[in-house]
Amino acid sequence: MPARSGRTLHRFANPGQFLRLSGVVLPWLFWAGGLLTAGSLLWGVFMAPGDWQQGDMVKIMYVHVPFAWLASAGYFSLAMASFVSLVWRHPLADLAAAEIGPVGACFTAVCLATGSLWGKPTWGTWWVWDARLTSVFILFLLYLGHIALIRAFDDPTRGYRAGAILALVGVINLPIIKFSVDWWNTLHQPASIGLTGAPTIAASLLWPLLFSAIGFTLLFAAIVVARTRAAVMERRIRSLLMARATSASGEEVAA
Amino acid sequence: MLVVLVCGIGLGSAAALTLSAFSDNLVFFVSPSDLVKSAFNGRQVRLGGLVEAGTVEKSSGGQAGARFKVTDGSASVPVTFKGILPDLFREGQGVVVLGVEQNDGVFRASEVLAKHDEAYMPKEVAEALKKSGRWNPASGPPPPASTWNQPATEKPPG
Repeated sequence: MPARSGRTLHRFANPGQFLRLSGVVLPWLFWAGGLLTAGSLLWGVFMAPGDWQQGDMVKIMYVHVPFAWLASAGYFSLAMASFVSLVWRHPLADLAAAEIGPVGACFTAVCLATGSLWGKPTWGTWWVWDARLTSVFILFLLYLGHIALIRAFDDPTRGYRAGAILALVGVINLPIIKFSVDWWNTLHQPASIGLTGAPTIAASLLWPLLFSAIGFTLLFAAIVVARTRAAVMERRIRSLLMARATSASGEEVAA
Repeated sequence: MLVVLVCGIGLGSAAALTLSAFSDNLVFFVSPSDLVKSAFNGRQVRLGGLVEAGTVEKSSGGQAGARFKVTDGSASVPVTFKGILPDLFREGQGVVVLGVEQNDGVFRASEVLAKHDEAYMPKEVAEALKKSGRWNPASGPPPPASTWNQPATEKPPG
């Protein structure tokens, strides 16, 4: 283990420090995320105009696009936690990786479901096997595989290692998702918002989308932090019980 | 650490090789130029392009259907379809049609999907662009988004 970076990491991310810090941050994350999400959805659904050809159907965008972005970003955070867990064997990273998986899988499922609901009235089909839809479906399967694998061993440490390797291998899917609409002919349209060039969404539809994306991102972070806190506390309780059980049985043996 | 890196590089290049090898099979549809170039084979394919302006004839009989041409600018293929068209079907819209090319060069479609572009705008913006002559939806996708907010009275360049 590289001593110096390991020590700095431990100072900022030891479980006790994490519990204290996250206890302060968590209510803010939940409230800011909830209010931003609620406000931007009300704005998007009731105040923003409809699209010139899709009408009000375009408003599924305010859920679908943030969830699609979080499906990928969530996987990236899973991969980072897995990297830390694999390289520095940090216990907090192990727990975070185990807790990000189910949240990411749920967000990907919502992305697929809302996309399907949007596809039927606009494209004329619930589902096609084009490169974008298929690669996001593979992302969903990667999440499910990770959820199953990380919990599949009696020894949790082996589960964390195996899950981390799977998560890191799956990172190859992220650029494929992002660029699938540029590399191949797909039914899914290319990105409307990019790093270069003006977004091809009119400003009146774009602003609520940006705010709902920030709101859902904060909520995603809040759910993951809350789950990780619960996992840390669960582990503490388990080790306390174990300690009590061993000391109790030790006394019995002594007596 | 090193093992992870080496594995990552190995897997990355394996994925890149696989994807480039399968590139032709990963496309969801072929363009009209591709279809015209390829020899007639009677196999079912997906054909994608824009609905050519002024070519749409909706059938007026008891059965819903339409004839239209799908173009990519350099080639255009006549298509016949029996069934209900998606709501977003219009001249200038992107479509993906599933079907078989007939001996006479007509593409008989069994399914028509609308493929909309990445531009989203309220009706007023679309109307303003149309009124100022900067965009005719029947002829293709809208002008670059950076020009949308220019005053509607401005004359189109050229």
